[in-house]
Amino acid sequence: MLTPTYMDYSSTTPVDARVANKMAKYLTMEGDFGNAASRSHYYGWQAEKAVDVARSQVADLVGADPREIVWTSGATESNNLAIKGIANFYQKRGKHIITLKTEHKAVLDTCRQLEREGFEVTYLDPLANGLLDLDLFKKTIREDTILASFMHVNNEIGVIQDLQSIGDICRENKVFFHVDAAQSAGKIEIDLSLLPVDLMSFSAHKIYGPKGMGALYVSRKPRVRLEAQMHGGGHERGMRSGTLATHQIVGMGEAFAIAKAEMKDESDRTLKLRQRLYDGFSDMEEVVVNGDLDQRIAGNLNISFNYVEGESLMMAISDVAVSSGSACTSSSLEPSYVLRALGLSDELAHSSIRFSVGRYTTEKDVDDAIVLVREKVEKLRDLSPLWDMYKDGIDLNSVEWAAH
Amino acid sequence: MAYGKKVLDHYENPRNVGVLDKEANNVGTGMVGAPACGDVMRLQIKVNGEGIIEDAKFKTYGCGSAIASSSLLTEWVKGRTLDDAAQIKNTEIAEELALPPVKIHCSVLAEDAIKAAVEDYRKKLAAQV
Repeated sequence: MLTPTYMDYSSTTPVDARVANKMAKYLTMEGDFGNAASRSHYYGWQAEKAVDVARSQVADLVGADPREIVWTSGATESNNLAIKGIANFYQKRGKHIITLKTEHKAVLDTCRQLEREGFEVTYLDPLANGLLDLDLFKKTIREDTILASFMHVNNEIGVIQDLQSIGDICRENKVFFHVDAAQSAGKIEIDLSLLPVDLMSFSAHKIYGPKGMGALYVSRKPRVRLEAQMHGGGHERGMRSGTLATHQIVGMGEAFAIAKAEMKDESDRTLKLRQRLYDGFSDMEEVVVNGDLDQRIAGNLNISFNYVEGESLMMAISDVAVSSGSACTSSSLEPSYVLRALGLSDELAHSSIRFSVGRYTTEKDVDDAIVLVREKVEKLRDLSPLWDMYKDGIDLNSVEWAAH
Repeated sequence: MAYGKKVLDHYENPRNVGVLDKEANNVGTGMVGAPACGDVMRLQIKVNGEGIIEDAKFKTYGCGSAIASSSLLTEWVKGRTLDDAAQIKNTEIAEELALPPVKIHCSVLAEDAIKAAVEDYRKKLAAQV
């Protein structure tokens, strides 16, 4: 069977073969399968050594000290640990948290849980291009604000927030700053030795490492303390108990080391592919890029083909694996909350497709995708009563629709 | 989501796509749904002197199931009387296409569309008398 071309790298990435080969050495009897917490024998020491190397590899990519890296099961857990950990530890100082409406559900739902526990959360509207309104943020900070959580790069629209400026505001106001960097680590420069960031979440599988593996950066200077969410053997300096998954950790370390070595070239190459894809659509009628096109990660193109419903387009271009902000792709039947928060109309949100290209995407993949998408958009517009109305000059907003 | 064979067939080869003259006295038009909800169906029927639907056309903005539901509907209504057509139930469409629960609303929309088209035609007829 011919498999579809993968253009959904923001969703997950394949494990790099170099990473997989290395991981395989930490599983079997012949390999270093030991428990890093076994301090009394060779097997434990070998595992501990491998974990230390990986911790340095992750720290190196982001300009952190290895002692500032806490292993977790992924960015979702890192976000939970950071936000709940700060809230629980510092609640005597205040119970107010600020975040953005376009954050990942792992942040939003964690905040919702804290609201149920008596915290107050402000969910800010982003600007129309997806970026945080710094003045609005400043005005929202109160005496009792303890934490601000903003993602570095948005998973749907790929826009990059200005961490330096946000962090400066946080420091001035003595507010802890947590950043979800699942989509940015290894793709754009991050230097935590300079950035005013207190906590940062990482994921391995977004950057050619294994799924089920992540890390949380917890700053030592200034010192940040957390209340553990997972209790047990006191691993990870008490912040996250549980036997370390050596092979997963080694995989994340290797993936981050490769990213550090190849980031510059890879980013240039990916940007060219994204640009090529965009150029292939830019002369079409009624095509809108969602989110800022300049302040955007190289691999992401979130684009709406107006008057064509996203899910039916995905079905038509099933030779290319992409994702859509259309309601029909979710079980809730609501269109993407991220696109809605940008102020997009429901119909544009329903019509959106997210292409994300990466390490194994070729120019031919992009060219084939362009041909396919153009053909199918045309076909679906021929099928679309809304396209007819647009062509007849009817303003869709003037029509009284029977919402259902 | 994986689609059934019949949905894919109607989606890839939609039957009776097109437009009838909505001003014509023998044409009834039903437009249902809303862009904000992600689906809009326009179903048109052409009715002969005996009250039988002799032609049907559709255009649909929506997911694959919505397109398939309307395509199937145009096949079903042709040759039926108005009363007969207005009695098509969404459950029959959902069953024929094996729609999953989350897509049942697409078949509901199709049922609404044929009811609206029949009503539109009957209004025109009444106005002529």
